[in-house]
Amino acid sequence: MSERVEVRKTYKLFIGGGFPRSESGRTLAVKGPDGKLLAHVAKASRKDLREAVRAARGAQSAWSDRAPYNRGQILYRLGEVMEGRRAQLIAELEDVGVPRAAAEADLDDAVDAAVYWAGFADKLDQIVGAVNPVAGPFLNLSNAIPLGVCGLSCPDEGGATGLVGLIAPAIMAGNSAVGIAGGQAALVMSTLGEIVATSDVPAGVVNLLTGDHGQLLPWLADHADVDLIDVSGAPPEMGEDLERRAAENLKRVVRTHGAQDVRTANAFCEIKTVWHPARI
Amino acid sequence: MTTARSQTGTGENLAETFSEYVPSVEARDIVSIKPRYGLLIGGEEREPLQGGAFATIEPSSGDHLAEISEGTQADVDEAVAAARGAFEAGWRDLAPRVRAKYIFRLARLIQDRARELAVLESIDGGKPIRESRDIDIPLSAAHFFYHAGWADKLEYAVPGMRTAPLGVMGQIIPWNFPVLMAAWKMAPALACGNTVVLKPAETTSLTALLLGEIVQEADLPPGVVNIVTGAGETGAALAAHPGVDKVAFTGSTAVGKKIARQVAGTGRRLTLELGGKGAHVVFDDAALDQAIEGIVDAIFFNQGHVCCAGSRLLVQEGIADHLLGRLKQRMELLRVGDPLDKNTDVGAINSHAQLQRITEFVEGAESEGCAIHQSGAPLPERGFWFRPTLVTGLGGSERIAREEVFGPVLTVQTFRTEAEAVAKANATRYGLSAGVWTEKGSRILWMTQRLKAGVVWANTFNQFDAASPFGGVRESGFGREGGRQGLEEYLQLEPAAK
Repeated sequence: MSERVEVRKTYKLFIGGGFPRSESGRTLAVKGPDGKLLAHVAKASRKDLREAVRAARGAQSAWSDRAPYNRGQILYRLGEVMEGRRAQLIAELEDVGVPRAAAEADLDDAVDAAVYWAGFADKLDQIVGAVNPVAGPFLNLSNAIPLGVCGLSCPDEGGATGLVGLIAPAIMAGNSAVGIAGGQAALVMSTLGEIVATSDVPAGVVNLLTGDHGQLLPWLADHADVDLIDVSGAPPEMGEDLERRAAENLKRVVRTHGAQDVRTANAFCEIKTVWHPARI
Repeated sequence: MTTARSQTGTGENLAETFSEYVPSVEARDIVSIKPRYGLLIGGEEREPLQGGAFATIEPSSGDHLAEISEGTQADVDEAVAAARGAFEAGWRDLAPRVRAKYIFRLARLIQDRARELAVLESIDGGKPIRESRDIDIPLSAAHFFYHAGWADKLEYAVPGMRTAPLGVMGQIIPWNFPVLMAAWKMAPALACGNTVVLKPAETTSLTALLLGEIVQEADLPPGVVNIVTGAGETGAALAAHPGVDKVAFTGSTAVGKKIARQVAGTGRRLTLELGGKGAHVVFDDAALDQAIEGIVDAIFFNQGHVCCAGSRLLVQEGIADHLLGRLKQRMELLRVGDPLDKNTDVGAINSHAQLQRITEFVEGAESEGCAIHQSGAPLPERGFWFRPTLVTGLGGSERIAREEVFGPVLTVQTFRTEAEAVAKANATRYGLSAGVWTEKGSRILWMTQRLKAGVVWANTFNQFDAASPFGGVRESGFGREGGRQGLEEYLQLEPAAK
């Protein structure tokens, strides 16, 4: 009788800075390797996806107006808060069957990814931009600009690194993000929302949906207000259909797989070139 | 149709000036046009396998110029095979400095034959000789010269990355800048060690084929550059060809989307440089004389057949009437006529189909309640012509305000604040170019940061350079051409060994 009854957590979506359940009322039953029920995680619907895109669009321009230095500090803060939640995230991965050593290594990598991209924010322009020596009396500058709203299909089997590996570079470049993951990543995806919410990331810049790639990604690829989709976590057989759908508004389709190099940075930005006469 | 429209009568003096005008026509004898052209495949001029041909005509007269081969799937197969063969037989493995020298040669040969290319470009495409001579051809040479120097410096192109060529490039180009677009596509492709199959636009094959002759003169190994002429079906066959490693397309947004669907699921690389509806924002403190020249360059350059044209003028309310009055006066001075006349400002519309399209747009605007103003320029009797045109009284939802006209037609709207200018400028699905005129530095920077476009011209317009990346955002496509950023589109990148 005196043994304490644990207060269990409700695993919800993260949209526009808030934690709603799915409007569909549906959940994913997440079970451990022994078949024991761990949680009914909110299962995002098409409407939840649309709400997330709307929140992301609303937050994007103010986010890209932040100084890169500021975005970098907020990403670093995300790494700090994740480090503090390390034990919880490792436990949530162990619960779904990830061996402890692998879960620990994953958290090392996830925090390191946040720190890597934190330090990229105020170098992006210097690495991918340029002052171009044009053949005339002009100042000619090429700078990195964000695409806008990025839909991120994060791998279900990629642990916390699979999530942060896509979200961090996307928002580093000034985009807002809608992340999707389910399966083994459902618990950590939901918890990551709490980490983002306490890291000074403005509401709506990161939106996280737990759910089924097969169900959500076609709607994401169709959505006219999404500028890029990273399909790293999509089942490979969906690739062709998603690319064909994305062609309708020419949204960019990339597969960065969270690589920590300039290719990923390039994927999440475009180049704007500005000319001005330099003669009087 | 034109009778109901306003025309600025600047008096009989002007009419007199026109009647006394003595043209200064560039001689045609520098070019020789063959009656019929084959395809360039594997270093040889070949007849198409199924023998079809179509006529190319001179838009300023409607006269027949030559028969152009219609490439089919079978020809595209051969061209891709030739390009693959040349890639594997050595172009990719050639010492980068050797590759560079070939491309420098191309630049020099284009300079050597510059006038010939310019005259042929103006005959076949209808653009004023002043533009083909001073812009298209020198810039084409510059693109080869610039990229030649990259061939042996690719390890510096992308920091931390080892580079490798991609393979066979399928390149499909439009009719508005035939040689220049070929140069934009071929030069970086070759510099990066790729081989090329080029499909020129149906109405402007002649200069691309002359460029093919120059490739032969430069002794490029056979098959490194192949040219397959034809219409949309030929292009579709190239875009869908499984032997092509990357498709690079410049053209309309509708065709760009079709190509994106074709390429879906194949893993092939794709860059698209598509349509635009460029906003051109003029503030009340702008240097007005320069701004008016800028507005004219932005929309009447190349008859408005420019994807990055400044086709939507946004004027700050306080100066709108004054500016439009000045603009109308300036439009009266634009000479419309013989592309080979060195004084021509606005040449011939590229094709009868395009003339019809422009006419429909303007008639549509008129029926939607817009006011149409056209310059009083006399037009030649034969050929395809359209007067410089202003469209005012727009709400913003009219077809002419939303869709790309690709002709010498400028819509005009007003705004009061910077925020309103940005909102109106960005109210489009396109995002290729934009322009802003103001003497206030902080306003330029504020505006250029917020205009959604791949290229923004401040206090200038329609400037291009091989070192300057060009390309769009949103439905104007993706990828860049020119500059260090443009090279990346033609390279396979792997992290350099640590």
